[in-house]
Amino acid sequence: MPARPDAAAVSAPPGRTVLDPPDITRALTRIAHEILERNKGAADLVLLGIPTRGVPLATRIAAKIAAVEGAEVPVGSLDVTMYRDDLRMRPARTLLHTDIPPGGIDDKVVVLVDDVLFSGRTIRAALDAMNDVGRPSVVQLAVLVDRGHRQLPIRADFVGKNLPTSLVESVRVRLAEFDDVDAVTIADGPTDGTTDGTTEGER
Amino acid sequence: MRRHLLSAADLTRSDAELILETAEELRSLADRPIKKLPALRGRTIVNLFFEDSTRTRISFEAAAKRLSADVINFSAKGSSLSKGESLKDTALTLEAMGADAVVVRHWASGAPHLLANAGWSRSSVINAGDGTHEHPTQALLDAFTMWRHLGDLDGRRVAIVGDVLHSRVARSNALLLKTLGAEVTLVGPPTLLPYGVEGWDVATSYDLDAVLPKADVVMMLRVQRERMNAAFFPTVREYSRRYGLNGRRMAALQDHTLVMHPGPMNRGMEITADVADSERSVIVEQVTNGVAVRMAVLYLLLGGSEPAHAEDVPGSAGARAGGEQ
Repeated sequence: MPARPDAAAVSAPPGRTVLDPPDITRALTRIAHEILERNKGAADLVLLGIPTRGVPLATRIAAKIAAVEGAEVPVGSLDVTMYRDDLRMRPARTLLHTDIPPGGIDDKVVVLVDDVLFSGRTIRAALDAMNDVGRPSVVQLAVLVDRGHRQLPIRADFVGKNLPTSLVESVRVRLAEFDDVDAVTIADGPTDGTTDGTTEGER
Repeated sequence: MRRHLLSAADLTRSDAELILETAEELRSLADRPIKKLPALRGRTIVNLFFEDSTRTRISFEAAAKRLSADVINFSAKGSSLSKGESLKDTALTLEAMGADAVVVRHWASGAPHLLANAGWSRSSVINAGDGTHEHPTQALLDAFTMWRHLGDLDGRRVAIVGDVLHSRVARSNALLLKTLGAEVTLVGPPTLLPYGVEGWDVATSYDLDAVLPKADVVMMLRVQRERMNAAFFPTVREYSRRYGLNGRRMAALQDHTLVMHPGPMNRGMEITADVADSERSVIVEQVTNGVAVRMAVLYLLLGGSEPAHAEDVPGSAGARAGGEQ
């Protein structure tokens, strides 16, 4: 399990804090248990994080599964950039890292992991991306925060926190692996893009 | 990035690094069962080849197809180009076909530049080798191959050996490697180093044996006898004795030094078979990397509403790619 910095030692991120570091740890622990319960163990499980922040979340969940079940669950990362439906609407975007575990995903139970579930378009892209990699027997979705406002018929199987939001608000997830601190905050107005570690979840 | 890729000098350091990092991600596609990505679905890419080429054309074609683009191959033999159609009329035809990008190889230096800037068409132009001028994607794949083996190229010493005069590969490599911070030394007989080479801001040498022990990369160039209309060296035997890479010279290299060749090789002339097939030769890998690098170029130029902005790269991307060596 990654070391957590002392939250008090780091300046509080702007906006209202919805989840603090212990909350995030508890949410991930619960998700790990729910994944094991739903799938009756860790056999055939593969966790695929969606970059950037879905990947450390997947790694943390895998560590918790290992602690509970004593089983090593393969963790990978799945970049969905080329499968986004708004690819042509903005300048060409930098690709993020794709890393499929050596065992592949054919006939496995794949749990996609992302930080924020919003419109559902990222998850649609992830399902398409997975189609080009292999054919899992089951696909499930775990997210740290579900902020609502779905634009596609997609739902999460495991949710850390349901967070009712308005469309003008922005949700930010910070993780120690990238941002030196674990926090989920909510702020009025769109993301300004200047704050480090900003994630507007799904776009 | 600019809309066209005509010269290795068009690329800033962050552009070049973005291409290398993107190529690193795309390289893993070769190991997947389905070698296809949807990024350029519905885009049309024309391969316009006025000069014979096998590996570059096939490499561009594979790259475009793996990104789901529609590819039209247009080569001089067996088309109206051999009936004397002008470059302008060809460009107008391509424009009417709705080409999003034109990959052009031409025997005349500067032809891609004309195609891009004469206002005949709106497509992106990618130079796939023009005369003795430039071949930027070859330089990118060479740099990518070095970067994968050696990491950051800052301060690395690269010797480019042989027929520099006729080599577009050498010119593009010198420009790009300098952008990436490497130190380039051009080695060859005085007759085969170009006029005005002082302006390239690279070192030159006539003595291969003095350069080899310090080099991190030795890139051998093909002696382009088809472009030679005069006697540049007395005999093949003398050339290969002074400037050929053989087993004895290879023994003088450092352990990590790479041997490269853009192909096609004249085995026994600039490089002996035992060197070309040795452990340190990355010549076959250069071909594999060529597809990944060309995919990266096509994606970054055509994948969005406009070419990628290299400045947008998050710092973590560089650190990540560097850590995957």
